Amino acid sequence: MKKRFAVVDTALCVACGCCVKVCPRQAITVPKGIFAEVARTQCVGCGLCAKACPASVIEIMQEETP
Amino acid sequence: MKKAKKWYDYLWIVSALYLILGFFNILFAWLGLICFFVPLAIAIISGNKAYCNRYCGRGQLFQLLGERLRLSRNRPVPRFLKQKWFRYGFLIFFLAMFLNMLFTTYLVAAGASSLREVVTLLWTFRLPWHFAASSAASVTPWVAQFAFGFYSVMLTSTVLGLITMALFKPRSWCVYCPMGTMTQGICQLRHRGEAK
Repeated sequence: MKKRFAVVDTALCVACGCCVKVCPRQAITVPKGIFAEVARTQCVGCGLCAKACPASVIEIMQEETP
Repeated sequence: MKKAKKWYDYLWIVSALYLILGFFNILFAWLGLICFFVPLAIAIISGNKAYCNRYCGRGQLFQLLGERLRLSRNRPVPRFLKQKWFRYGFLIFFLAMFLNMLFTTYLVAAGASSLREVVTLLWTFRLPWHFAASSAASVTPWVAQFAFGFYSVMLTSTVLGLITMALFKPRSWCVYCPMGTMTQGICQLRHRGEAK
């Protein structure tokens, strides 16, 4: 099965941290107050952050099969 | 999986209390300066947005009303709202209105105009607010004038936030919040030149 993961549009992210609050795996953080970052090893692509994001700048992507 | 609640997850109570207290004694409005200086201090000292991310009571309040009480349509915000030009434009407008409020306070302090017991909503509508002014007579007039002005800023931004909370996602306010834009800008300056 292809792995799913969240991708943040860092140029439009407002760094509010709504995604951090809903992530069940602590996979998303706002380390420098500029934009959210996803830890690909932690993220399971559940989509909770994408749903919560007030700016709708998070998308769930699928890993390309090599 | 539900995360255990921390003490700071209840700061929405403080935000709600702040708005309510302003209906009884306008001088409580001064406490709002905390939400002005704390986020800036955190951004300048720690270089992050821990205030938005954890402590913002207003954000929590919108989340609660929009999600738990289902008062939000939960739609994406219009594209322009999240663009840099709009966010910084709104910040500049907000700061200009803030300076205007400080100038009004200065005029009262200098004795050039007298205290007006009104709360100005959305920079336009003057609401009579004498019912919360009983203690205003006991302080220097400019102290009371600032309280009215600052409460106007807080009430106006709450009303705007409530409107976008209802129309779009619960915390839509965060997208164009002037404090959020400012702290993000400070963080960008603090971390410039660092590797991504």
